[in-house]
Amino acid sequence: MIWNDEFETLPREAIESLQLKRLQNVVNRVYNMVPFYRQKFDAAGIKPAQIKSLVDLARLPFTLKQDMRDNYPYGLFAVPLTQIVRIHASSGTTGKPTVVGYTRRDIDAWSELMARSFVAAGAHQGDVIHNAYGYGLFTGGLGAHYGAETLGASVIPMSGGNTKKQIMIMQDFGSTVITCTPSYSLYLAEVAREEGLDVRNFKLRIGILGAEPWSESMRREIEEKLNIKAIDIYGLSEILGPGVAIECIEAQNGLHIWEDHFLPEIINPETGEVLPLGEKGELVITTLTKEGIPLVRYRTRDITRIIPQPCICGRTHVRIERMSGRSDDMLIIRGVNVFPSQIESVLFNIEGVEPHYQLIVDREENLDTLEVQVEVNEETFSDEVKVLQDLSEKIRKEIKDLLGITCKVRLVEPKSITRSEGKAKRVIDKRKQ
Amino acid sequence: MTEFLTGGAMKVEQISIFIENQSGRLADVTRALGEAGVNIRALSLADTSDFGILRLIVDKTDLANKVLRERSFTVHKTEVIAVGVPDRPLGLNSILELLDKWKVNVEYMYAFPEHYSENAIMIFRFDNPDEAIRILLENGFSVLRGEDVYSV
Repeated sequence: MIWNDEFETLPREAIESLQLKRLQNVVNRVYNMVPFYRQKFDAAGIKPAQIKSLVDLARLPFTLKQDMRDNYPYGLFAVPLTQIVRIHASSGTTGKPTVVGYTRRDIDAWSELMARSFVAAGAHQGDVIHNAYGYGLFTGGLGAHYGAETLGASVIPMSGGNTKKQIMIMQDFGSTVITCTPSYSLYLAEVAREEGLDVRNFKLRIGILGAEPWSESMRREIEEKLNIKAIDIYGLSEILGPGVAIECIEAQNGLHIWEDHFLPEIINPETGEVLPLGEKGELVITTLTKEGIPLVRYRTRDITRIIPQPCICGRTHVRIERMSGRSDDMLIIRGVNVFPSQIESVLFNIEGVEPHYQLIVDREENLDTLEVQVEVNEETFSDEVKVLQDLSEKIRKEIKDLLGITCKVRLVEPKSITRSEGKAKRVIDKRKQ
Repeated sequence: MTEFLTGGAMKVEQISIFIENQSGRLADVTRALGEAGVNIRALSLADTSDFGILRLIVDKTDLANKVLRERSFTVHKTEVIAVGVPDRPLGLNSILELLDKWKVNVEYMYAFPEHYSENAIMIFRFDNPDEAIRILLENGFSVLRGEDVYSV
C-alpha cells in the first residue's frame, strides 16, 4: 500500500525537476527572510539566482547545529511568529536546546509524511497505534500522533514512561502498532515477562522504531521477542521530527527519504566535499517545503549512504542505508573509529546475551580503554567460573576480530544497567569528564 | 548407614548466585535470606576480579530461590552431592583417589561446617554425578540424602 500514489511514485526526472523548483524557492526565501543565510550566502559569494541545477546546491554553505544554537531561539525562523502554530525543541543535552517552529502548512506536510511512513511500515486504518514516543518538546510524540490521525488509525497517546501501565493498555486495548525507541521496545518485552506476560501473544504486528541508532541484529532480537515486524524510522527535529525517512515493510532494506520534501546529499565529514552516489558519509539535508524554519544543507552528523537502486515496493524515492551511527556517537578508541552499534551487533550475535549493555571509555596512562558491560542472565549464568570466563573471552575476542581493538568485558548483575524509556545511554566517556 | 538409594534422592540442591565484586552485595544476599527466615547450611564463594559466584545450601531452597529472584539476582539451582568423609588424615584423599581412578572429575568442592555421625561432610560438584554416587556407594562411602543435609 502507498499513501500518496502520485508523489511517492513520481518518475526520477519529475522528482528532480520538482526538487529544483522547490530548492530555488527555498533558497530565495531564506536569503530574503533570514539574515543568517543572507550573510552566509554573501560571504560565500553566491546569489539565489545562481542556483540553476541541483548540482549547484554544492556551492551553498552548510548549516550546523551550532548555527541553530547561535541563533537561539527564533533567529533562523523564516516567518514571523504570528505564522508559527507549534514550537518544538531538541533535548539539548549540551547547552541550549535547538528550537524549531512549524507553520500550519508545515504541520499538515509533517502529518502527511508521517501517514506515508505509517503506510510504508504496513499500518492502515483500523490499526490501534500505541504511541510511546514522548509527548512534549520532543517531536516524536506529537509527530507520530498527527500522522496516525491523518492516516485514520486509532492512536493511543501513551507517551513514554510508566511501563507496566503501557503493557496493560497494550494488552487490553489490543494495540497493533507500537511507536517507540528500539531499546524501549525490548524493555517493554522484558517488563512484561516479569509480569508473567508474553508480548508475543499480544495483537502487536508492527513496531515503528527510531530516535536512536540500532543494528540489524537488534532488529532480529526485537522481532523475535515481540513477534512483530520492526521498521526503522528516521527523523531529526531540526529537519522535521520523525517521518523524514522510513523503511518499507516490503523490503525492510534501507529507508525511503521523502524526496519531494527533502534533498539528501552525502558528504565527506572531514572535507565537506560531496561524495559520489552510493558512497558512505555524512547525510546532509536541505528542506524543500518547510516554511517555519527552512534549512539549507543541514549537517545531520548521521553516517549513511544513498541506495539508488529501485525498491520492490514501487516507491521511487531513494533509500538511505540504516544509520551506522551518528558521527557524534562515534568513539575514537586508540585511533580506531568505533560505533556503539558495531559492538551491539557483536553482543546480539552471541547466544543468550542480553540486549542491555554499556560502554565505558576511559584513559589510563595516556591509553584509551574500553570496557564493555554486559548483563548476566539466567541463560548465560553458570555456577562454574570457567563458563562465565569463557563467555567474557568470547565477547572480547569477537570485538577484537571485528574492530581490531582490545576491550575488557565485565559481566554485571541483571538490571544493573539503567533502563531507558527514551534514548538509551550506551556510552559513558570518562575521557570527557 | 549407607542406605542404597536412587541417584535422585542422593542429590542435594544448591543455589548459585551471580554477584558483582562490589561492597555490600554479599550482605544484600544474606539479609534477604535472613529476613525470609532462610538458614544457610553451607556456602562457598568462587571469585574472580570482576564477579563472584556464591553457592549456598540452605534449609528452604525454593523459598531462597524465590526471595532472591524477587530482588533481581540471577539464581541457578544446581544439584551437588554431599559425601561423608572419614575425619582423619588421608580421609579426603581416599575419596579423591578413588574418583580419579574412575575418571570422574571434580568441578568444585567445599566443606560443610557440620559433622554427620563420625564423618565430616564435603559438598562436591562432579562432571558425572550419577557415576560418582555409584562408585562412592560401592566402595563403602556414605552419600547423604538431601533432606539430611538441609536439616543436619
